[in-house]
Amino acid sequence: MLKKTTFTFVMLASALGVVAAEAAWKPERPIEFVVTSGAGGGTDNIARTIQAAIQKNKLTDANIIVTNKGGGSGAEGFVYSAMAKGDPYKFTFGTNNEYLLPYVAKLGFKSTDLVPVAAMALDEFLIWVHKDSPYKDAKSFIEAAKANPESIKFGGSQSKDTDQTLVSIISEATGAKFTYIPFKSGGEAAVQLAGAHIDANVNNPNENIGQFKAGMVRPLCVFSPKRMAKGPKVSGDMAWSDIPTCKEAGIPVETYQMPRTQWLPAGVPEDAVKWYIDLLAKVRQTEEWKQYIERTSQTEVFMSPSELAKFAKDEEAKTVAVFKREGWLAQ
Amino acid sequence: MGNFGNLMDGFVIALSGYHVALMVAGVLMGILVGVLPGLGAPNGVSLLLPLTFTMDPVSAIILLTSMYWGALFGGSTTSILFNIPGEPSSVATTFDGYPMAKKGEAGRALTLAFLSAATGALFGVVVITALSGWVAEFALKFSSPEYFAVYFLTFASFIGMGSASPFKTLVSMMLGFAFATVGMDTVSGSLRLTFGFTDLIKGISFLVAVIGLFGIGELIVTMEEGLRFEGIRAKVTPRDVLHTIARMPRHWVTLLRSCIVGSWMGITPGGPTAASFMSYGLAKRFSRRKEGFGSGEPAGVVAPEAADHSAGTCAILPMMALGVPGSATAAVMMGGLMIWGLNPGPMLFIERPDFVWGLIASMYLGNVVAVVLVLSTVPLFAAILRIPLAIIGPVIVIVCFIGAYTVASSTTDLWFVLAFGVAGYAFKKLDYPIAPLVLAMVLGDKAEGAFQQSMIMSKGGLGIFFSNGLVSTIMALALLLLFWPLAGMLVSRLRRHGM
Repeated sequence: MLKKTTFTFVMLASALGVVAAEAAWKPERPIEFVVTSGAGGGTDNIARTIQAAIQKNKLTDANIIVTNKGGGSGAEGFVYSAMAKGDPYKFTFGTNNEYLLPYVAKLGFKSTDLVPVAAMALDEFLIWVHKDSPYKDAKSFIEAAKANPESIKFGGSQSKDTDQTLVSIISEATGAKFTYIPFKSGGEAAVQLAGAHIDANVNNPNENIGQFKAGMVRPLCVFSPKRMAKGPKVSGDMAWSDIPTCKEAGIPVETYQMPRTQWLPAGVPEDAVKWYIDLLAKVRQTEEWKQYIERTSQTEVFMSPSELAKFAKDEEAKTVAVFKREGWLAQ
Repeated sequence: MGNFGNLMDGFVIALSGYHVALMVAGVLMGILVGVLPGLGAPNGVSLLLPLTFTMDPVSAIILLTSMYWGALFGGSTTSILFNIPGEPSSVATTFDGYPMAKKGEAGRALTLAFLSAATGALFGVVVITALSGWVAEFALKFSSPEYFAVYFLTFASFIGMGSASPFKTLVSMMLGFAFATVGMDTVSGSLRLTFGFTDLIKGISFLVAVIGLFGIGELIVTMEEGLRFEGIRAKVTPRDVLHTIARMPRHWVTLLRSCIVGSWMGITPGGPTAASFMSYGLAKRFSRRKEGFGSGEPAGVVAPEAADHSAGTCAILPMMALGVPGSATAAVMMGGLMIWGLNPGPMLFIERPDFVWGLIASMYLGNVVAVVLVLSTVPLFAAILRIPLAIIGPVIVIVCFIGAYTVASSTTDLWFVLAFGVAGYAFKKLDYPIAPLVLAMVLGDKAEGAFQQSMIMSKGGLGIFFSNGLVSTIMALALLLLFWPLAGMLVSRLRRHGM
């Protein structure tokens, strides 16, 4: 079966090679989507959506295999791709962990072991509380935390990762002190909040939408420079665009967003990077992609390799300051 | 009554010719991936996932869940025939299933396992049909202290019941905990016991350890004992299968207890692995033939299988209602749900009742289809044991290594299989039990995580484990089970002195 497809594929590739001699690089065997999270996580979701969009619309003839390598907060996947130096078939999906993870632990890869290809979406962060919580807005929430330091339990996904970093940034900006409780995933943090075992979480829209729709949790504000895109009512009479930005609500943190990034091992040919960018540009036009962006309430972007490199550099500078303050930097 | 009406609507959806054909296809593929250790249900389901992109969500989930049932049944097959469990939850089946196969009762063990599994699964679906509105709400009551209490209960039901000395059980369990800590710790975010090896960051996979400890370890012992399987002469005819089916009702007490334990663990959500171990422990404790356990006692196959499947089935409901997957396979399926455009969560039941009840109805049908199909394969699989060890032995070694490689496509894991194989042999020779090590490896990091989270919540006070009715009850039960053997010893000693 596999042999036959490979064979057909080689035939096809060589036939096409004659016709389109100017297209320098194209895949000659199956492409591997390396996902640096477990199955069902946010990174897994985007990779599988792109896989679905490509296969349904036949955007390339190459087969696509998705492999989950989420061990060590995603380090497993990055190390795997970093070791495959120059291999253009290891298309790697991550977040900001590609360039931030090496700071908090010694993991066997450097951020320069991979080259940026694109960032296709920015995931938003919100402060969520339980529906019966006494805090109606971000201001009263912060005031309560200040009045009673470390009494408010903030849940989040993983440790020394995006969620805990954001909680630390909120603390620094407002002077309020929280207790942070790391869970395995944002999904777990969502359920713990719905069960009122924690007081708040900083989940992405997609991680809390089920509970939000059911009216079990309430968003206080979003860490975005402007309000989220207008849309239908999600929960009761509330739409995503009715949620104030945190800056409006009185928390002096304007932006905190997580890019959904794609990488290739360092040393791949320049045209391979270009081939993937072209492919992703086609993916952006598909119905599947549009539905994905709408369903997950993310902000759509399309960063070029140089834009992503700059974005990473800026964010690194800001975040490493937080790591330093918290004493998380790996020796 | 509303649930019953919904279920009937679900049957209308699930009982189309197309869907039944999907079930048969799914189950057959499932059995195939289940029988190949290491490939397993999560890999099988994710390989199949791209096929479902163009399908209607109800058809897609029917195909994937049917494959899951098939893989679970297939996993029991290798546990019994080769002592290699395909999934964490079928480890407990090897304890008595493999000895039965070695004694020449492979057909009986397989039939028992399949029937118990089917009974457990059907019990589980009935439970979730009846309780669907309430289950999700109950699961919401669970936070870190409650999770820890459930895991603690599982450990407690296992310790002090082994035939080996409690000291050896404890040593084995502690080793398991140590292996479970390798890699990155979720709560502190730091690396532990990796000694600078990049390959250890992801931790030591439980499956790799099990393939080595059980598969390779057992093979070395068999070779030493003289190059033969004792089941060689055993012939299995369809009559034997029917005979075992007829004698099934004898095990009703074990079955019922295991189903209840399984459903409770599935809902709470302690998970199928904890359920199967706990059920095995309880079956042994309440059995009149304790010595028989571990050397081929039929109840030792019935108990874990029934509990495993009822827990697995019951766990589907909180998973969909809360959006938290209970197992690796469930996580892949949830990823699928999102690609098909559905949001798992409390609103799924209200927004897409056709999907939810179509799925529940397909769980009834899928399990019936699965058990009929696997039962008809029993004579075929049992025949494998008649192949001389000189041929099947090398095949098992190859299958073990392929299986271990598939887990994470890492060549380091192959060395681990060898090391664990030697360790498994040493354990056998020195009469140390392997089961506690495996249990600790599977549940160790979850229990530790829950404990650490509880400690952050309570700022270090142990009182949190007795802070409400639910957690106190589970903790009290666990402590009772833990000290039961001690109390028993005390009572008998007092009695002797009193005489």
